[in-house]
Amino acid sequence: MKNTPALSLYIPEPKYRPGDTPDFSDLNVSAAGVVRRPDVAVNSSEIHDLAFTLIRVLDDKGDAVGPWDPKLDVDTLKRGLRAMLLTRIFDDRMFRAQRQGKTSFYMKSLGEEAVAVAQALALDRDDMCFPTYRQQGLLIARDYPLVMMMNQIYSNEQDPLKGRQLPIMYSSKEHGFFSISGNLGTQFSQAVGWAMASAYKGDDRICAAWIGDGSTAEGDFHHALTFGSVYRAPVLLNVVNNQWAISSYQGIAGGDRSTFASRAIGYGIPGLRVDGNDFLAVYAATQWAADRARMNLGPTVLELFTYRAEGHSTSDDPTQYRPADEPGAWPLGDPVNRLTKHLIARGVWSDDEHKALVDELTEYVKAVGKEAEKNGTLGNSKLPSVKTMFEDVYKEVPPHLRKQRQELGV
Amino acid sequence: MPMNMIQALNSAMDVMLDRDPNVLVFGEDVGFFGGVFRATEGLQKKYGLKRCFDTPIGEGGIVAVAIGMGAYGLRPCVEIQFADYIYPAFDQLVSEAARLRYRSAGDFWAPLTVRTPYGGGIFGGQTHSQSPEALFTHVAGLKTVIPSNPYDAKGLLIASIEEDDPVIFLEPKRIYNGPFDGHHNKPVSPWANFPESNVPEGYYTVPLGKAARVREGKDVTVLAYGTMVHVAKAAADDAKIDAEILDLRTLLPLDIDAIVESVKKTGRCVIVHEATRTSGFGAELSALVQENCFYHLEAPIERVTGWDTPYPHAFEWDYFPGPKRTAAAMRKVMEG
Repeated sequence: MKNTPALSLYIPEPKYRPGDTPDFSDLNVSAAGVVRRPDVAVNSSEIHDLAFTLIRVLDDKGDAVGPWDPKLDVDTLKRGLRAMLLTRIFDDRMFRAQRQGKTSFYMKSLGEEAVAVAQALALDRDDMCFPTYRQQGLLIARDYPLVMMMNQIYSNEQDPLKGRQLPIMYSSKEHGFFSISGNLGTQFSQAVGWAMASAYKGDDRICAAWIGDGSTAEGDFHHALTFGSVYRAPVLLNVVNNQWAISSYQGIAGGDRSTFASRAIGYGIPGLRVDGNDFLAVYAATQWAADRARMNLGPTVLELFTYRAEGHSTSDDPTQYRPADEPGAWPLGDPVNRLTKHLIARGVWSDDEHKALVDELTEYVKAVGKEAEKNGTLGNSKLPSVKTMFEDVYKEVPPHLRKQRQELGV
Repeated sequence: MPMNMIQALNSAMDVMLDRDPNVLVFGEDVGFFGGVFRATEGLQKKYGLKRCFDTPIGEGGIVAVAIGMGAYGLRPCVEIQFADYIYPAFDQLVSEAARLRYRSAGDFWAPLTVRTPYGGGIFGGQTHSQSPEALFTHVAGLKTVIPSNPYDAKGLLIASIEEDDPVIFLEPKRIYNGPFDGHHNKPVSPWANFPESNVPEGYYTVPLGKAARVREGKDVTVLAYGTMVHVAKAAADDAKIDAEILDLRTLLPLDIDAIVESVKKTGRCVIVHEATRTSGFGAELSALVQENCFYHLEAPIERVTGWDTPYPHAFEWDYFPGPKRTAAAMRKVMEG
């Protein structure tokens, strides 16, 4: 007889399901300003603790405190606020456009705007980004024309991707925004290759990649960290931990066992865990990692700790798997509100100015929306030429595709 | 200068590393050691660590990194040690490399070449013998190239590296050192004894998408590539059939004109490949011949292929579609 109990299979479950009252008071949140800021040239082995804390700058009063305060000028902060607001208003409008049948699909980034916008502003404009589908704020912060984003979402005759891609899978080399793929994680390791190429050429550009908490379970995540570490690629490897991968909570990706930032430790890469709803903390940590990369000190893993405040996509209803009021209970608040509070606390912003900005951006998005709709929306037959369906499969259209195009009669 | 296939491939990479600073060569054991088949021997010494280097054992990572480099503007030529081990990179090849140009409407592309030894006849068992070409010819956006001799190997590899589309470059490892006609009890004669080993030292290309007529004949058209080109030649000799043999060289895009012209002339067609039969590339070839040459066909199209089993170790010569089976198929179509 064995004297051990029968084995039992463990399946992680989130703490709260629909009908439960969410309570995050036991969440281990560091106070603003308490986490040390090491020199960028630090050896990764000396900062393992930073993978388990939370770098935060904005305190509850909206003041910027501690060594990670990037001491940004007011113009940059206002630019950030504007881009975050614009992202949010754009998301709202496109979400509604999907509900109105003008497009088949949309994905919001509600609650995660600081990640994309602060990181875009902390990077140089010609640094290359390998985003997922939830970093639309990068394009907006880099002043990519909003109408082009809508044209892509509507797959209309001005769609830069000629109706080939699902809505929001943008691409713009000119804006340093790599073509988005539906296949999760694939771009994370590709970014390492781009960074290696930049280093090989003796360039001064670096590169940044994004992945969600759920997709860290993909093999590409491991490839990115291994190759990034081995070749000391100048790349920022960002894990946006928004707690949810569609209906799976982050524990299903292994997040209950250790932080995602701590994954970096085993690869000999610095790992920072950052309050993803704190614009200043995200900016500062990104700047730190970018400085490291530029100094040939290699990659950094940044875990941006945030919360996906909306459903996964227009095809998802989050109340089926989590409490409807969970987003409101999230203790790190809202990135837009927190930056607004900071600006007001500094005496450089007011409620009236804020309201005026929201109104201005709402009108702007509405006007751009009308412009885009003139180019067509899905199903109203204003599409790119069908002929183009056969182009760009290869650089030149090969004979068999020419024949198929003729078969279709175009 | 006489070269075997390994030397010809090495020379192609040497030429391209020398001509284009954006060409990089990397893969598992590719750098200092020069590759498990010696294909990259001496390249690191000649061009330095940064041009030719070793990678971690992560095929998905190797291809992903090459795609990222391609997006930057480099022209990576990477090695997957055996085609049997390319599957971890399948997602990166199919979902990413193949579609990057299309999905970005030409904004980004992946000008990478993936070299990988493939094919059986070497007692390689299940994971050193596979012929996965049909998995790649089914993917829109990839080009699939297979040489059958040193001259073509170099010219096709240079053309592949220069190509702006991603290329899967399958190297029949059975014929790295000399042509193998499937008569496994006979000693193999080295490439130096054959005219195709006469390889120019400098730059030249063999165009992608063009088949080669390696033997002219009027009775039956044999469609083959890689090692099977040599098997087909031996089988035609053994069967004393005046077969016309086409070495396809590029499977996608395919030289359909050369195939149609030949089958219309002979009225008969035998397709041979090492890969398993069901949904193999032979099925596509058979369908194309039937569609394009129906009124010229005087017999059903025959396929000589590997069996629909994993590649066995002990039953190497029962599995490998050798000259006996190929000759039997030729005789069969002649009776039809």
